[in-house]
Amino acid sequence: MAMDLTRMREGERGKIVDIQGGWGLLRKMETLGIKQGTEIVKVSSQLMRGPITIRAGNTQVAIGFGMARRIMVEHKK
Amino acid sequence: MRKVLLMGSPNVGKSVVFSRLTGVNVISSNYPGTTVEFSKGYMRIGNEKVEVIDVPGTYSLEPTSKAEQIAVEILQDSIASQNGIVVNIVDGTNLERNLNLTLQLLKKNIPVIVDLNFWDETKHLGISIDIKELEKIFNVPVVPTSAVSGEGIKELVDRLAEAKAMTYDYPEEEKWHEIGKIIERVQKVTQRHHTLLERIADASIRPLTGIPIALGAVYITFRLIRFIGEGLVGYLFEPIFEKIWAPIIMKLSFILGSGGFIHDILIGRVSAGKIEFFESFGILTTGLYVPFAAVLPYVFAFYLVLSIFEDSGYLPRLGVLADKMMHQVGLHGLGIISMLLGLGCNVPGALATRVMETERERFISATLMAIAVPCIAQIAMIVGLVGKYGAKALMLVFGTLFLVWIVIGILMNRLLKGESPEIFVEIPPYRIPYFGALAKKLWMRVKGFLKEAIPFVLLGVFIVNILYSLKIIDFLSKLAGPVIKNLLGLPSGAVAALVVGFLRKDVAVGMLVPLGLTLKQLVIASVVLAMYFPCAATFAVLVKELGVRDMAKSAVIMIFSAIFVGGLLNLIL
Repeated sequence: MAMDLTRMREGERGKIVDIQGGWGLLRKMETLGIKQGTEIVKVSSQLMRGPITIRAGNTQVAIGFGMARRIMVEHKK
Repeated sequence: MRKVLLMGSPNVGKSVVFSRLTGVNVISSNYPGTTVEFSKGYMRIGNEKVEVIDVPGTYSLEPTSKAEQIAVEILQDSIASQNGIVVNIVDGTNLERNLNLTLQLLKKNIPVIVDLNFWDETKHLGISIDIKELEKIFNVPVVPTSAVSGEGIKELVDRLAEAKAMTYDYPEEEKWHEIGKIIERVQKVTQRHHTLLERIADASIRPLTGIPIALGAVYITFRLIRFIGEGLVGYLFEPIFEKIWAPIIMKLSFILGSGGFIHDILIGRVSAGKIEFFESFGILTTGLYVPFAAVLPYVFAFYLVLSIFEDSGYLPRLGVLADKMMHQVGLHGLGIISMLLGLGCNVPGALATRVMETERERFISATLMAIAVPCIAQIAMIVGLVGKYGAKALMLVFGTLFLVWIVIGILMNRLLKGESPEIFVEIPPYRIPYFGALAKKLWMRVKGFLKEAIPFVLLGVFIVNILYSLKIIDFLSKLAGPVIKNLLGLPSGAVAALVVGFLRKDVAVGMLVPLGLTLKQLVIASVVLAMYFPCAATFAVLVKELGVRDMAKSAVIMIFSAIFVGGLLNLIL
């Protein structure tokens, strides 16, 4: 089941299946080595639709809520 | 002179390598025509002296920001003049994504050596990298280092001469596939447990634990700055001025005949055979006492603490936690970092607005900072002046400024067209700061303060004396006095402070001392002085950053809000 990043819970794992952003978002993610197929862990979300933090390998990145909604993840147990 | 360019992504420990390679003679300068800063130093290769450039961090050679563009330009210059070596600093714990830049550099016609940094951390993280294999693939030297402990730096220097230009060819659209293949050949990762630092790292970015940690950090910061600042004032600078400098000045005063024009400019007023360094207002008395004894200790303390926060990797986390709040004033979370810098000095704070994505954000952040974020020099003077009346009095001044910050921020966010972009920021792991790099940065900042402040302070004191003796202050006081008196409830003598405030805010606050103001007047004067206009140095930078038109808009907001807030305080206090 694919869902967007904001719907994952803290500590859950997943694999990115789609980034529905424009070129800018794709590009920003790519410079950090995060792209389609990358496995990630959700580290935290902030109150009231604040930024979402994820970890991929040893890289951590905080992403604004709106952008995080456009990153689709396949949930992994 | 040959050049060594240190290139790498942000957060790869570039500046630590830089400070390991270079000696004390380090210059931080702006790239011509811009406000992007980079550091330059020197090192020796054999008997040859070469220049080392700490190139702004860049994720790739296709720039997306001003700083990245500068990085690419510095590289192109060096390729064109055929006199450069690139030390590509790579985060060994994030090899895969770092190789993107490495491959791009290997395509350029310039000698490259790869520095695989954080080597000690890769071991803790269960990552093993086959260096020999990596060297074989790239055909350039690959040196593992742990810059913080210094391990591997000597080998890096020794092997600089082996750096060579290579053409590692692969189709551009296949780059991640290519990188994937390399990673498979050279890297093995074994499972491992979370370290304590990682647990703290996770805790400090989750709201439930992160917000208390942030508040605690702010509290400790204030205590630490006060402790260090007061310690330096009480045990070092005040004794120096009172015990050593005062007798010398008294002798000089005697030699100069205890009065007259030259005497008054150099020494100022001497009352009852004693010098009040805050009040006498001579160049050699107040002119030196304000920057050195009253302000420098706090500047030092502030930048020490700020630099530790920067180098440990905490600030991006603070940005994430503050993101929601900052959006209320039209900025995203990282806007808080330029505000923090502004608390040190508005000049670097204004320069830091450069990293913001849109013009709207730059305008909001520069205006907010200039109005409601007093610099540490001004804060130190206000604390010295108003602090006598206790913490409540200080709360009145700084609480008012914080309220002003919020209200004007919300208003600008509502009234200005456009939206603020969302945050997107890498969160680096926590790292123990390297003392050498910290000391160098601190020294550069303190030096920057002295270079910026002392000429302006001395000039300020000089001009005040001239204006007084030409009766210009009297004239201005008569002119503006009624407004100041009726609206703000301040004596007409405060006009002089407002005039000097255009030059230097700390001196301006100092000029309130001899006026014998009441607490209410002190609070109003401090707030108005902070708000009404930026000091000359900040003004110059803001004009460059915002352009004349936006600066004029910003100035209108400053002047009117200062009069409004000052008048309001006069009514309600």
